[in-house]
Amino acid sequence: MNSFGNILTIAKRELNGYFASPVAYVFIVIFLLLIGFFTFMVGGFFDRGEASLVSFFMWHPWLYLFLVPAVGMRLWSEERRQGTIELLLTMPITAWQAIVGKFLAAWAILALSLLLTLPIVLTVRYLGSPDMGAIFCGYVGSLLLAGACLSISSMTSAMSRNQVVSFIVSVVACLSLILAGWPPVTKMLEQWASPWLVEAVAAFSVMTHFDAFQRGVLDSKDFIFFVLVMAFSLFTTSVIIRGHRAG
Amino acid sequence: MIKIQDLTKNFGPKTAVNGISFTVERGEVLGFLGPNGAGKSTTMRMVTGFIPPTSGRIQTGEYDMLAQPIQAKRLIGYLPENAPLYSDMTVHGFLSFAAEARGLRGGERQKAVARAIELCFLERVVHQSIDTLSKGYRHRACFAQAIIHDPPILIMDEPTDGLDPNQKFEMRSLIRRMGEKKTIIFSTHILEEVDAACTRAIVIDHGRIVANGTPAELKRQAEGAGTVLIRVAGLTAAALRQTLDPLAAARKTAIVEETPGGVCARVFPQTKDSDGALARALFEIAVKSSWKLEELHTEEGRLDEVFRAITLSDTAKEGRQ
Repeated sequence: MNSFGNILTIAKRELNGYFASPVAYVFIVIFLLLIGFFTFMVGGFFDRGEASLVSFFMWHPWLYLFLVPAVGMRLWSEERRQGTIELLLTMPITAWQAIVGKFLAAWAILALSLLLTLPIVLTVRYLGSPDMGAIFCGYVGSLLLAGACLSISSMTSAMSRNQVVSFIVSVVACLSLILAGWPPVTKMLEQWASPWLVEAVAAFSVMTHFDAFQRGVLDSKDFIFFVLVMAFSLFTTSVIIRGHRAG
Repeated sequence: MIKIQDLTKNFGPKTAVNGISFTVERGEVLGFLGPNGAGKSTTMRMVTGFIPPTSGRIQTGEYDMLAQPIQAKRLIGYLPENAPLYSDMTVHGFLSFAAEARGLRGGERQKAVARAIELCFLERVVHQSIDTLSKGYRHRACFAQAIIHDPPILIMDEPTDGLDPNQKFEMRSLIRRMGEKKTIIFSTHILEEVDAACTRAIVIDHGRIVANGTPAELKRQAEGAGTVLIRVAGLTAAALRQTLDPLAAARKTAIVEETPGGVCARVFPQTKDSDGALARALFEIAVKSSWKLEELHTEEGRLDEVFRAITLSDTAKEGRQ
């Protein structure tokens, strides 16, 4: 109860900060504009002539690649730059509670933006009879993918007090997770690595797991994958923060 | 209330704090003195649980900071150096957050916020965003955060740094007032502050304690402590010297200035702890010889002299090695 209360306190403060500064608004507006543009203009939503959201969900990984690190880069670097981390960690709150609280607040912003795309679901419903189960799975997968990218940003944000550095490192880390299963990458690896290594790297690809959700398959394996990525990244965040304090 | 034992902190090969031990009781205001880079901030950061020590023990109240950090941190209010704040919040929002993080909920929280705002004179800026505040207000907002849960222990890293003279005065009297009921540690490199607010002072240099005592005890170590300044009208230096030279309590007499109107001299005592005996002896002589006495007082010794003597000699030693 107490630790939950502490997490909630931290999350509330973070949300307060997001909405007091332009960060939340800019993120939501840009996300919606870009997702609309890609879905309708590039993805050919209407030309497909099918009642599905494939042309909508296929852009999510690429948008998250740049937009999520932009939200996540400030999580800890801002805290260190302003010195407020000294306030935060001398309060009767564990570092772990602070990490989870901050993560959940940022994730809530991403979830809110995702929620605001619901009109597109209504559009599809109006125009045809889509597989609502698949659409629901797609949203779940998208939310998990956003969380995974965000947890990686949290980790890179803890590494540097410079937000630009944290942004770039985060984008590269997310990109490598997205591209891990991409044929050109696996082909490149095949030239020198043993097959089991290639497969292991490909298994880390968020795309295969994300695609499973898009097909409407709610497999516990994919679910666990994303949860593990988040747990690992947040745990690493705590290790990095402890490392800073230990000097 | 606070008990520090053999506290040591290494940053890589560099030792920032080297085996510091001290205790502070309730009702004490401990001034932490030392040149920049002496290890004051590092020590405070360890005591507040922000950074773990390389070795040593920190006991706050009945809790060990390393074994039970959450319980120990509850007892402490902390004002870090440069008063960091969440600049995107309003003062009220920030204090509400601080109160909530300290476990205060509902009406209790509102009462705590209102009390802190009143104590720190923040009424005028309550709903202002923190990044629009002046330095004085920023400092007070951060101080308000430190006292929001009425902690028994208050730790402040340079609480008067960057304030104007009026604000400094206000802050010192606040510290003194709170010190009656709390345990307070604050660091400073302004020596007059020690006199104005502390019941005890610790001087650290190169990560070690080099002096520990009440401000009066420290001052007694000064070169000029215990000397008596005497000014007599209508007397020549030679006449003064002639009268004072046979005096047993005086070691020597140095003339400060001689004018046609009179003479001013500094008389050094035979022993430092004369407790005003020298001044009394001089007064008797003055009465007996019917001098027109204009001034007579025993010098207390000056803290900055002591501070320089302690820390400079150490720095010099280090430099020679």
